[in-house]
Amino acid sequence: MAGRQFQPGDTIGPLVKPPVTKTQLVMYSGASGDFNPIHTVDEFAKEAGLGGVIAHGMLTMAFVGQVLTDTIGLAGDLRKFGVRFTGMVRPGDVITCQGRVTETRMEGEQQVVSCEVWASTQNGDQVVAGQAEFAVPIA
Amino acid sequence: MSLELFQPFVGVESTPVRNEVEKGAIRKFADAIGDPNPIYRDEEYAKTTRYGRIVAPPTFSRTFDYGEIPGLQVKREGLIHGEQQFEYVRPIFAGDVLYCSTKLADVYEKEGKLGRMTFLVYEQKGIDEAGETVFIARSNVIYRG
Repeated sequence: MAGRQFQPGDTIGPLVKPPVTKTQLVMYSGASGDFNPIHTVDEFAKEAGLGGVIAHGMLTMAFVGQVLTDTIGLAGDLRKFGVRFTGMVRPGDVITCQGRVTETRMEGEQQVVSCEVWASTQNGDQVVAGQAEFAVPIA
Repeated sequence: MSLELFQPFVGVESTPVRNEVEKGAIRKFADAIGDPNPIYRDEEYAKTTRYGRIVAPPTFSRTFDYGEIPGLQVKREGLIHGEQQFEYVRPIFAGDVLYCSTKLADVYEKEGKLGRMTFLVYEQKGIDEAGETVFIARSNVIYRG
């Protein structure tokens, strides 16, 4: 499914994820091997001064990864993906992932696309901000 | 003080650990992040793509065992994940055998909202059986020791 060509200013997403659940945090702990109890044990997270469990930053980054892979499709390749974790995500939060193309260039038979990506909560608080680079074949 | 504690470990690398990329682990990871993409779970579908097999999501490499940096002990509960970056040479496939290692690439102190903070920069990589680098990852971790 080669096809989509990108231009600076093009939007990526948005992808709106279902509300984060405590079960999801337990599943992500198991799937990732990150068993830090701040993500799964409310009492522990409260004692740590967090007011309750918070989501793994890497879970939110994975959400942003999804909006990228959905955009790129299977004909293209993600080359670089980096984020800063700028806010906390809690159970019940609805995360929206999106991005904007900043630059494109040709490289042989491929278009290489640079973009900004970010994720925010239902309150508009940004929780992840970063950038990515991917390559897609020319139609 | 933390700086002096960590500085001797800058540049020290773990012994690479053999990781087998299992399709079941990829599916569980995709389920946990709620990504329904069939390329993560449907072998028949994957065969119809140019990859020919199941692929792992972009952040999956964080699940690998990277070994321990000899002698370096960091209390995990005191850590805040500040930044994460990946560079991909090729996708990670189900069935891959990857040798994964980690090293402390840098350590520095900075004055922040919570006072003086120590930043640990880790570099991790995965190398396939042909000796080719598959990905490089960098994490910036804030230590509140």
